[in-house]
Amino acid sequence: MRRIEREKFVETISSLCKEVNYSLPLSMIKALIKARENERDERPREVLSILIENARIAKEKCVPICQDTGFVIVFLDIGRDLRVDFDINSSVQEGVGRGYKEGYLRQSIVSSPFERKNTGDNTPAIIHINLIDGESLQITLFAKGAGSENQGGLFMLKPSDREKIEDIVVSYVKEKAPYVCPPIMVGIGIGGDMEIACLLSKKAVLRDIGRFNENLAIAQMEKNLLFKINNLGIGPGGLGGMTTALCVNIEVASCHIGSLPLAINFGCYATRYKRITI
Amino acid sequence: MKIKIPEEREVFYRLKVGDKIFLSGTIYTARDEAHRRIADCGMRSAEFPFEIKNQVIYYTGPSPTKPGEVIGSCGPTTSARMDKWTPLLLSLGLAGMIGKGPRSSEIIDAIKKYQVVYFIAIGGAAAYYTNFIEKAEIVAYSDLGCEAIHRLEVRDFPLYVGISSDGETIF
Repeated sequence: MRRIEREKFVETISSLCKEVNYSLPLSMIKALIKARENERDERPREVLSILIENARIAKEKCVPICQDTGFVIVFLDIGRDLRVDFDINSSVQEGVGRGYKEGYLRQSIVSSPFERKNTGDNTPAIIHINLIDGESLQITLFAKGAGSENQGGLFMLKPSDREKIEDIVVSYVKEKAPYVCPPIMVGIGIGGDMEIACLLSKKAVLRDIGRFNENLAIAQMEKNLLFKINNLGIGPGGLGGMTTALCVNIEVASCHIGSLPLAINFGCYATRYKRITI
Repeated sequence: MKIKIPEEREVFYRLKVGDKIFLSGTIYTARDEAHRRIADCGMRSAEFPFEIKNQVIYYTGPSPTKPGEVIGSCGPTTSARMDKWTPLLLSLGLAGMIGKGPRSSEIIDAIKKYQVVYFIAIGGAAAYYTNFIEKAEIVAYSDLGCEAIHRLEVRDFPLYVGISSDGETIF
């Protein structure tokens, strides 16, 4: 049975915290460059150039892409045959504390929503654990800023509302997108119960740009929504243009005969995450 | 267009929505908790942490400063969260605000009433904006960490006019 060392795990979390905050996923950089080519007017092209330049500076100087280095969300897919003989929660927190301190990353977490005292090391991180077959460990680390997270929402729809989903999403995005940092990623979770829909919407934000849902009807809905959202004219930086969203990703789950939960979670242009398997 | 503040504050009246400007001079950072405390000073008739009249506030909470750097990454945060406190600051003579995203209709009315300007910096471009900050020091509320009020000396800080003094908005 394969075994994983605690120190290796802590150090991996710490390194990921720094890496995701200094460099954007390649698919995002490519999408920004492509979006700049598609824009007709000077201002959206200029805004996209600033965003591309910003990513270059951050990577080169090892400084945060965005000053809001976020709430750390860690998805762990742990192989059933992998031996993990240490406490996962405290190890993740130690890795996050180390990474944020060493990396000069902003500590943005307060211990209580009322007293609002900073915890001083950006912990606690939020952890989602999933057991899988095999003996590998997949870590997805997401540094999520408040600017995008604050605009998310949940709709507990009626089953008869399903034809209205596209309209609901478009009008919601129209209202919220200017507050996020456009161009945005739109993650949509449909089905499950309240919290599953929300979790799916967040996972949907982390699907690579340009990869559509495997179900053709859902993939078509993703394409329709992307087209409609980019016709809103909100544009890069919210200052007008053709690129309001870089992607619309939908994830679905089974639900109750009487339910139709719909959750929307946004990613800003600086959606910072990395997925590795150790 | 290049503007020096606070000296050339009257130029703000002539700016139109969407104009690109390059701001030089002194600006102050303040976000959520700093605004709450400033408002509290107003209610208790206590002294404000800096002279607000004719100044510009930048809604940001920088990331920590790396050795050898002037300041950490320093992009705009969502301005609408400050809407609750903005009318008070405008009544004290604040000349402008820098942030990202739309403002409420009450704030647009207040911007028109006090003849100030709301500038837009590009959200997320935090590493880029450090290029235009020459000096940074904490002037109040250091216990708030990144939310402390910093005095920044900026040179040719690139901004867009989001809401002009006549109440026109880009959003």
